[in-house]
Amino acid sequence: MIMMRFTFPLKKDFIEGDSSFFVVITEKSHAEVEKIIKVEELTKFFGEFAAVKEVSFEVERGEIFGILGPNGAGKTTLIKMLSTLLKPTSGRAFVAGYDVVKEPQKVRQNIGIVFQEPTLDVELTARENLDFHGRIYGMDRRKREKRISEVLELVGLSDKADVLVKKFSGGMQRRLEIARGFMHFPKVLFLDEPTLGLDVQTRRNIWDYIEKLRRDEDVTIILTTHYIEEAEHLCDRVAIIDFGKIIALDTVKNLKERIGKDTIEISVNGEFESILRKEKLSVVRTAESLVLSTSDGEKLIPKLFSLAQEHGVEIQSVKFKKSSLEDVFVLLTGRRIREESASHPMLRRIRR
Amino acid sequence: MEFYGVYILWLRDLKRYMRARSRIIGSLGMPIFFLAFLGMGFRRAQIPSLEGISYIDFLAPGVVSMVVLFTGTFSGVSVVWDRQFGFLREIMVSPISRTTIALGRTLGGATTAILQGFLMLVVSFAIGFRPDFLGMIYSLAFMVLIAISFTGMGIAISTIMEDIHGFQLVINFFVFPIFFLSGALFPVEEFPEYIRFLTYLNPLTYGVDGMRWSLIHFSEFNPIIDFIVIGAFSVLVILISTILFNRTEVG
Repeated sequence: MIMMRFTFPLKKDFIEGDSSFFVVITEKSHAEVEKIIKVEELTKFFGEFAAVKEVSFEVERGEIFGILGPNGAGKTTLIKMLSTLLKPTSGRAFVAGYDVVKEPQKVRQNIGIVFQEPTLDVELTARENLDFHGRIYGMDRRKREKRISEVLELVGLSDKADVLVKKFSGGMQRRLEIARGFMHFPKVLFLDEPTLGLDVQTRRNIWDYIEKLRRDEDVTIILTTHYIEEAEHLCDRVAIIDFGKIIALDTVKNLKERIGKDTIEISVNGEFESILRKEKLSVVRTAESLVLSTSDGEKLIPKLFSLAQEHGVEIQSVKFKKSSLEDVFVLLTGRRIREESASHPMLRRIRR
Repeated sequence: MEFYGVYILWLRDLKRYMRARSRIIGSLGMPIFFLAFLGMGFRRAQIPSLEGISYIDFLAPGVVSMVVLFTGTFSGVSVVWDRQFGFLREIMVSPISRTTIALGRTLGGATTAILQGFLMLVVSFAIGFRPDFLGMIYSLAFMVLIAISFTGMGIAISTIMEDIHGFQLVINFFVFPIFFLSGALFPVEEFPEYIRFLTYLNPLTYGVDGMRWSLIHFSEFNPIIDFIVIGAFSVLVILISTILFNRTEVG
């Protein structure tokens, strides 16, 4: 999915074999894939407290990369270092090829950020906020005007362009901030808890816009969240962070596979177990039902029905439980992600 | 430093100023009352060092300076508001340099202070102030320098202020002493010796004196000295506020 979004130059090598020669098409080797973000042992201390501890990771161009963790885990601190707002205590980080400490202005030119807290000028209209933004990023008037109507369109605020931002609802303001964040064609867009404090419907709405953004724009998105569903829904890869450390980093699918599996519980009328075993499915028989575990439950369910029909078995009920990143988090830390980790007195301060 | 960046920030301040009508009028309330009621109350008072000058004529340039001082300092300190409401971050993560931001804010704030000061000057005509018409051009130069000095001061203060709760402190223990010790309300010569040296250390003293020289041709110091002192001070303040601003982390 990620790979499809940009084309690798294909290298054709002719290798002489015994009798004929093969055309070998090699993808760019791993090291050549464009790493838009490189983080090496990044650390930030606030006094004695290590908010981020020796964090290292890389992000490929075009990815939606999630940083998932409970409140106070160090997500925002990490983002602030990558966006040059905080200076790391030690370690290095490169964004779009530039060192965040040595070339902060170059980094800033190439990134867009949507913060947790609103950063709009509420005394100005939506258009004026965007115009201001375009200007400080050095866009000329024509480019600005064109882009303003484009981004407003994308977040569905075209008809509110000339309304003062203080009259906007929370969801509208957030959408405007996202629009502003990618208005200047940044290579990397940071979204710090983009749906924090929004109701479920607005959240889904924002997700749609983020997905549209990734489809329509050539942008890499780094987002932090403590909503499991958000990471699952949007991200290609997720780094799970807890107490300032990355404790797992992989695709959502792989992370889930670590702990397992979706479970499907069916109760049937007739002999079905042996049929399922023949299909090489893992089945456990309980008193009233059959429990199947699988890595891809959505696809298995229709298959179960067609199998049942084929063999004249009637399925009476189905219970389906997806495995989730929540399970992964619990497995790794022994805690649930939304538990307020109030154990540490510094945490509240660090989050700001 | 980027000139377009300075311009944009300046433009933003101006737009916000033009839109805040109630603030424009509201903030002129106190100085108008100062001018009107002090002017009336001391109408017949004899101040020894002021022979032949009506008190209202003496007071008006001081009150105009007061407006510039207050508006300038407030708009400088309003960077703290921007921090509180997050907008500062939008600027801080943009590619324009910290120096540009400090300068843009200074010029924006100073411009609103000058506009307010000018408005006060016009209002004072209605209260009975009759300045030298040509002198208003000179007074503009002094207004610019006062405005830049104290907007810059406000910005410098904002970099070390945690949140807006320190605002009252700044008004009571910074702005008011500067105002009272500037000769805006009475000649600094009237102060007892042991306090008078404070007025000499106060840059606004020279600004007020320069204003008064421009508008009513009365001054306690040589206007050239006034100009040099307040001018040098405004340059110094710009340097300091820029340095302080460069050091801030937005966090």
